[in-house]
Amino acid sequence: MSTTTTTTTTAAAAPPPAAGAPGVRRRRRRSLSPGRRLPAAGLIGPLAVLALWAGASAAGRLDPGAIPAPWTVLRTAGRLWTEGTLATDVVTSLRRAAYGFAIGLTAGVVLALASGLSRVGEALIDGTVQLNRAIPTLGLIPLFILWLGIGETFKIAIIAIVVYIPVYLNTHAALSGIDSRFVELAEVQGLSRLAFVRRIVVPGALPGFFVGLRLGVTGSWLGLVVLEQINATSGLGYMMFQATNYGQSDVILVGLLIYGVFGLVSDSAVRLVERRVLSWRRTLNS
Amino acid sequence: MAPHTEQLTAPAVRLAGLTRSFDGRTVLDGVDLEFPAGQFTALLGHSGSGKSTLLRAVAGLDHEVEGGGELTAPERVSVVFQDSRLLPWRRVLDNVLLGADGKEAAARGRAALAEVGLAGRERAWPSELSGGEAQRAALARSLVREPELLLADEPFGALDALTRIRMHGLLRELWKRHRPAVLLVTHDVDEAIVLADRVLVLENGRIGLDLTIDRPHPRSYRDPLLGEYRERLLAALGVTEDLA
Ligand SMILES: Nc1ncnc2c1ncn2[C@@H]1O[C@H](COP(=O)(O)OP(=O)(O)OP(=O)(O)O)[C@@H](O)[C@H]1O
Ligand SMILES: [Mg+2]
Repeated sequence: MSTTTTTTTTAAAAPPPAAGAPGVRRRRRRSLSPGRRLPAAGLIGPLAVLALWAGASAAGRLDPGAIPAPWTVLRTAGRLWTEGTLATDVVTSLRRAAYGFAIGLTAGVVLALASGLSRVGEALIDGTVQLNRAIPTLGLIPLFILWLGIGETFKIAIIAIVVYIPVYLNTHAALSGIDSRFVELAEVQGLSRLAFVRRIVVPGALPGFFVGLRLGVTGSWLGLVVLEQINATSGLGYMMFQATNYGQSDVILVGLLIYGVFGLVSDSAVRLVERRVLSWRRTLNS
Repeated sequence: MAPHTEQLTAPAVRLAGLTRSFDGRTVLDGVDLEFPAGQFTALLGHSGSGKSTLLRAVAGLDHEVEGGGELTAPERVSVVFQDSRLLPWRRVLDNVLLGADGKEAAARGRAALAEVGLAGRERAWPSELSGGEAQRAALARSLVREPELLLADEPFGALDALTRIRMHGLLRELWKRHRPAVLLVTHDVDEAIVLADRVLVLENGRIGLDLTIDRPHPRSYRDPLLGEYRERLLAALGVTEDLA
């Protein structure tokens, strides 16, 4: 109990302080955190690419048949929106993605809870999902067409499967990876099983759930694109596929742009919710 | 499965012939021990002597451990662990109130936080607390339940020496006000002597030494009269004076 610790501080090669001062000035350690975020950091890169594209087009360095100028793309988008079927195509695509995503998310969460909170549930569900995961979902397309026909149901089903797998896997891993010290704490504090699940298991699993959610969002767009480009008679992908036949690169770019906006908006929305819900986490990026 | 009988009335702890073993290796070999309500007891022993095993048995936390014997413990038991074990996703007050429901619970939680010197930190996240503050919050959490028995497994083991001394004062003060029976597991002989009214040494799976420390509180580490107790305890632990 009576140990005396003597600390000798040697300053690292700091420049000698101004004349006369005998003390050693100590430089602050360099922070290993990357530092403060630049304002609007997420926009700088895309804007630079856009500027490059516009500049190259204006200078005539790009083949307009392969990569049309940004303004051509915008004009085409306006024309398609007012005169063509772009509006209905967008709505069709959004509806597919939204239904598929909602079903997949619900299924993923419900299955993860059932298998994460009960041993019977785990025995029934976990192995099955792991098996399902081993089969690339897009490989199921032929079978699903055979079962469900080539209509909307089949597309929604495929998207739902693409979404539920990462949601399930990450949520289940988080639920079953709960710190045993917290289980002990719950017992000591006399929590009921329900209170234990509500106050400890579920909040503890939220970070894992959000990882799954973000993968699920990405997956739903990916599934959408693939499905619409190979087996659709409406929707954005169909529009782009048709444009290929007529060599309309501007229409294809409009489609890609809209897909990009979908992806960006949905990912930002998830991030926003995540930051709110997980505000207790202090990370390098906070 | 270890039996854990609970008696609703008598708030005293009684162990009779308590045994616990892991994979056939006996750790507790028939512990007989009794202590009355409100007594402050410290439990010493070598690392691996089974102190935590004993404490977990009394807390009823050893579901899967082999063993037998008789065990009576009060109904309201609180445990303070070596780590503060605050849930990172609950604010400090909500952590303190974990498992305490009802309308007046929040008021009691605030009062407990004030008692441990954390008034005003109710809305902080656990990650914003220092080690000592987190451990004080854990103490507050254990108090809210108004325990008849407070079990603490090296609760100050992770703290620096200065904070430890402060925490000793705080624990003793809280004990004086609430009067739970306390079983404090520690490997620090001085901590045991300064805090407890009775010190037990766990040795070869049994209570090897049972020493009542008859000195007034608050005690000082430098009290020469405590030296005698220290020597006896160190001898029981197999440490000779020149090694200590
Ligand atoms: N869950 C377990 N599984 C197997 N062996 C265990 C388990 N828990 C404890 N033991 C063994 O029981 C013995 C007593 O452990 P215990 O944790 O009670 O010691 P301790 O007195 O608290 O030691 P320390 O002072 O280091 O905390 C040790 O030899 C340990 O290896
Ligand atoms: Mg221990």
